[in-house]
Amino acid sequence: MKKREAQSHRHVLPKSPTSIQGLDEITGGGLPKGRPTLVCGGAGCGKTLFAMEFLVRGATQYDEPGVFISFEETEEELTANVASLGFDLDSLVERKKIWLEHIHVERNEIEQSGEYDLEGLFIRIHHAIESIGAKRVVLDTIESLFSELPSPQILRAELRRLFHWLKKKGVTTIITAERGEGTLTREGLEEYVSDCVILLDHRVNDQSSIRRLRIVKYRGSMHGTNEYPFLIDNDGFSVLPVTSLGLNHASSHERISSGIPRLDTMLSGKGYFRGSTILVSGTAGTGKTSIAAQFVEAACKRQERVLFSTFEESQSQLIRNMRSIGIDLEPWVKKGLLQFHATRPTNYGLETHLTTSVKLINTFKPHVVVLDPINAFVLGENQTEVKTMLLRLVDFLKMKKITAFFTSLNSAGDAMEMTDVYFSSLIDTWLLLRDIEIGGERNRGLYVLKSRGMAHSNQIREFKLTNHGIELLDVYVGPGGVLTGSARLSQEARDNAEQLLRQQDIGRKRFGLERKREIMEAQIVAMRSGFEAEELEALKVIGIEKARNERFIQDKVRMGKSRRSDVDAKPTGTSKKKTNVHRSVP
Amino acid sequence: MKAKHDTSKNGRRKGEPARARSDKWILRLYVAGQTPKAVTALNNLRLICEEQLHGKYHIKVIDLLENPQLARDNQILAVPTLVRQLPLPVRNIIGDLSNTERVLVGLDLKEQGARKIKGKVQGSKSEG
Repeated sequence: MKKREAQSHRHVLPKSPTSIQGLDEITGGGLPKGRPTLVCGGAGCGKTLFAMEFLVRGATQYDEPGVFISFEETEEELTANVASLGFDLDSLVERKKIWLEHIHVERNEIEQSGEYDLEGLFIRIHHAIESIGAKRVVLDTIESLFSELPSPQILRAELRRLFHWLKKKGVTTIITAERGEGTLTREGLEEYVSDCVILLDHRVNDQSSIRRLRIVKYRGSMHGTNEYPFLIDNDGFSVLPVTSLGLNHASSHERISSGIPRLDTMLSGKGYFRGSTILVSGTAGTGKTSIAAQFVEAACKRQERVLFSTFEESQSQLIRNMRSIGIDLEPWVKKGLLQFHATRPTNYGLETHLTTSVKLINTFKPHVVVLDPINAFVLGENQTEVKTMLLRLVDFLKMKKITAFFTSLNSAGDAMEMTDVYFSSLIDTWLLLRDIEIGGERNRGLYVLKSRGMAHSNQIREFKLTNHGIELLDVYVGPGGVLTGSARLSQEARDNAEQLLRQQDIGRKRFGLERKREIMEAQIVAMRSGFEAEELEALKVIGIEKARNERFIQDKVRMGKSRRSDVDAKPTGTSKKKTNVHRSVP
Repeated sequence: MKAKHDTSKNGRRKGEPARARSDKWILRLYVAGQTPKAVTALNNLRLICEEQLHGKYHIKVIDLLENPQLARDNQILAVPTLVRQLPLPVRNIIGDLSNTERVLVGLDLKEQGARKIKGKVQGSKSEG
């Protein structure tokens, strides 16, 4: 995009904006101003409409009146045909913004004699241009002249002269032409109109039609070279969506709840990122739509607008079904916060789905868009196209900071991660629902396969649809693997019984211990009292001994006195006497 | 550029269906300015008419440069275009009318005209 802008600054090729949605982006501003552009394609590919929209938009939006020279349809037919697109040609003609002119030649009324030229056509175009001051001219299938007028050589020369003349007049011209076999146009007009050639294509793949536009050449200008899908609907022509040519959308840090508290917890406690792309995939009946509905309800409760595109159920059926799990969406529909868009994927081609979605989004301006399910589009081998379409849609939603919620149905036999690998790169948060079959029943498990930019749980949760919404439960992870449902319940009961037993055991052990302690303590008491008795006894013995000893000394003294062993000694102290005694002994 | 010849002779003959349908021939020649092709065409037309329809034809030359609207009204693309307004049905002949046989076929005058004036008119310069 930037490159292209830079280019156009360097080399100023004036362009005539078409205002056809998306086309000005890929042409870098429109068709070459003042030059002829060839629009070619097979029958029914939208050439006339393309040209008419170019004129009408020029007349209404850029004040560039336009002349429509039709070689196939009459003025009345043209007016009627484009009225369905909301173009009021009658009023535009009246206000001299558009000049319609039907040029009709009946081959069998015409005889040729000698040389002729197309000066009459020149005069008519000139007159038309001058009458309204036209800046844009459309020649709708001028090639049909080849079947109406004799002498192709003269015609060729005259057409060449006409295109030169138009170029010299400086009017921006669209020349439409039918696609030939192996050539862009039947009569080789591309040789004369070489400034810009746009090819429209309408093909049918697997019974659904796909319209594509390609800029074959654009002299003097950069342009997108891809085939771009386009659509013709109530609002005219749109090449869609080429809004994002780069990955430069700003990302939000805001987090929004999934509507399931436990799931928010799994997503680091806060839920999804606003503007992210969420995919819920799983086999049939795993509850994808329910998760979507829960999210929708949460969004509506936040007063956000939600667009719910469903490709499997009708609005009323979906509302009824969701009511059975306690999610009532109807009040939100009535409040205008929730809009359903229920279509069969086979109704239209991919591009139509894409563009109608984009249009709805542009008018309804939702905060959340739900597509349920995305792989309803996958028919046969068109996965690449579906991916491209989703990529465009995701880009578009990201630009608008709209949270996208997709569901994807997996076929039971496939490895789940494999089926969605096509979409994986587009997805920011991917929830996987799977059936867990144990013990003769089927239960739902949910886990977060990936979630960009947040720490998320790696656990499998059992996923239950209750009459008050979705509940997530811990699964039983034990030696026997992951258990859910009644298997989990019975396992839990078994576990509880075991635990009770263990608790009883512990109680018993604790009781025994208590007993032992009591015994021990009793023993201690007994021992202590024994000891005390012993001690008392011992002390008594010690006292007796002491007394005996004292008496023995007293007795000795008395005995000494009585013997008069130390006559001179005065009876003042025993020690002197003792010394004397000791002395006297040896 | 206008030439008017009143009918002075009522030469009806058998085997001439076109002429039989009307006493009066009204022919219009659409041109875009006085181009050589336009001049050639008018001269050729006059010669053929004089030969075939002496006195009962009326030629009107319409210059589209002067009245561009008429090109739309009469669905004229190529010039010169000769339109036989009467007798009905309307017939158109485009070109400078240099191929007399084609003109006679176009005007539905072929049967007797082709033999008589074949090759005479080409390049004629006289003008009325």
